[in-house]
Amino acid sequence: MKRIAGMLLVAFVLTGIVWAEDALLINGAGATFPNPIYQKWFDEFGQKNGKAKINYTPIGSGAGIKQITEGTVDFGASDGPMSDEQLKAYQDKHGSAVLHFPTVLGAAVPTYNIPGVTASLNFTPEALAGIFLGRITKWNDPAIASANKGVQLPANDIVVVHRSDGSGTTYIWTDFLSKVSEDWKSKVGKNTSINWPVGLGAKGNDGVTGQIKTTPNSIGYVELIYAATQNIPYGAVKNSSGKFVKADLASVSAAAAGAVKEMPDDFRVSITNAPGAAAYPISSFTWLLIPQKFSDASKRDAMKGFLKWAITDGQNEVEQLSYAKLPKAVVAKEIKAIDQIQ
Amino acid sequence: MATTTTTVPGASPAAGSRSFLSKLRDGDEIARVITLLFAASVVLITLMLVLQLWHGSALARHKFGFNFFRTSVWDPVNDEYGALPFIYGTVVTAIVGLALAVPLGIGAAIFLAELAPQKVSDMLEFFIDLLAAVPSVIYGLLGVFIVIPLMRNYVQPGLKAAFGFLPLFQGPAFGVGFLTAGVVLAIMVIPYIISVSREVLLSVPRDQREAALALGSTRWESTWKVVVPFARTGIMGSIFLALARALGETMAVTMVIGNTPTISASLFSPGYSIAAVIANEFSEATGDLYVQSLIELGLVLFLLTFILNGLARLLIVVTAQRGSGMGHV
Repeated sequence: MKRIAGMLLVAFVLTGIVWAEDALLINGAGATFPNPIYQKWFDEFGQKNGKAKINYTPIGSGAGIKQITEGTVDFGASDGPMSDEQLKAYQDKHGSAVLHFPTVLGAAVPTYNIPGVTASLNFTPEALAGIFLGRITKWNDPAIASANKGVQLPANDIVVVHRSDGSGTTYIWTDFLSKVSEDWKSKVGKNTSINWPVGLGAKGNDGVTGQIKTTPNSIGYVELIYAATQNIPYGAVKNSSGKFVKADLASVSAAAAGAVKEMPDDFRVSITNAPGAAAYPISSFTWLLIPQKFSDASKRDAMKGFLKWAITDGQNEVEQLSYAKLPKAVVAKEIKAIDQIQ
Repeated sequence: MATTTTTVPGASPAAGSRSFLSKLRDGDEIARVITLLFAASVVLITLMLVLQLWHGSALARHKFGFNFFRTSVWDPVNDEYGALPFIYGTVVTAIVGLALAVPLGIGAAIFLAELAPQKVSDMLEFFIDLLAAVPSVIYGLLGVFIVIPLMRNYVQPGLKAAFGFLPLFQGPAFGVGFLTAGVVLAIMVIPYIISVSREVLLSVPRDQREAALALGSTRWESTWKVVVPFARTGIMGSIFLALARALGETMAVTMVIGNTPTISASLFSPGYSIAAVIANEFSEATGDLYVQSLIELGLVLFLLTFILNGLARLLIVVTAQRGSGMGHV
């Protein structure tokens, strides 16, 4: 009996060792926004490609950049591109570069709660900047009313709601406001958290939504995916061609397509206020941050294999989860860039 | 404690080692050393915590110095950080919370310990323990869905109508803000105050009550003049516990305080607390100075807890002396 138990134990230990040698574990961390699609992708890729198992921890874009720079993870992920200083810090520490690869697209949408108003509202960039700067304080202000003819807007005070936690959604929102308003750019700026001129802070998309639902005459912004899956009404925003566009998967992809021409080779590009009549102006890529040099060849090959799969076949799955697809031109450009990984 | 341990292995080696060994055989010394190590770990963890916070915030401390406590701009875009609104929010919400919770909690504890029938007291105690174990995010949800609308629609307009001349109750009623955060904190800490105070009141010796009654005092006089003063230290202890929880509470506060770094005399104004801003911004903080400023906020919270607890202890000492003085009269 004892011998059988001993043999079993040895067998278990051996299989453990064999399994540990066989499995290739790749660790990544970063943005929370693309987490649902990343988990799905990594799971499917792991099943297809038996050896490589990719772990992804959604700890936030800022933390993702920190972790990849420290070298504690194999790859990072971020909703905002790394700054020049951050790239330099990485270069100094590792002696090689880190590459950006767009994976999917997201958008931020304005959502509001005005008692008695059921129509979908139109917002000009000037109106949004004015409201969030605290200059437009009443709902019936001409800047809002002129874009919404036929809607009876009340003379009530506007209550602004914004994210209190650092967030990629805030980054996209303030990036857009910085592009369309000189005042916003010089007085406030863009970041994952900022010094808000007005308003109440609420935690997460759910917090902002909850605050808006319970506060009459309020306005805020949430992620498109959240608004779409929770059926939250949201307004249209005027794009650079002068058209009011409501965010959906097609109009967000159109924003990326419009920005392709000016796409730099390192893919670090903001596509807010992108050209194109159908483009939704508050859209953004989300990126995987991949080191240019891998010390482990098998990890490198698995990562390259995953990237190639994610931006081609993987794209067929993103719309089920309400992410917008990468435009074909971006995919073609990325496939070329994958060869830079060594 | 520290001196006793050094004498144990430090006695003269030749003769001492044998007696030390024989002591070890008894097991008492082993138990003593092990439990001492466990107790020392508390001090060690505290020291490591302070050290880590101190090191982690070096850049921010050098850059801002004492101005960190005086300025009220928190601007991650331009890398300017000032802690004043967060300190203010933390202190004000804790004060409002305790101001509401202490009379309610102690009143309830007196009823449960002195006046209520045993069965009722035990049953209520069960519910109080249950309340104390509810996670804070649940209290936050209670705040978002019940307290905020109540405050905005009834309490704040009511206070404004009645006491609007006071600066405390002016400005627009958003529902969120210092007052709401204080109310939610009060709801959260009341179970602690009741539970601990009730135990303390129950442990007051019977003789004390009987002596007071025998001297002709009423039930209420014996409770208020004899039992409560006797249990005062324990009741204060329950208030410390409540204060510590109120200062450090993160989730429930961030859900109802409005998360806007402002300093305003009005309790209706939205504010921010130290614990809330750290929880909100740390994971997405980019840039060394930003992260280090958040760590320095952690250090400030630690100091704040330390100072407020010290003040509260001082209060006990002062009131205890006055109490005993009155006893002689």
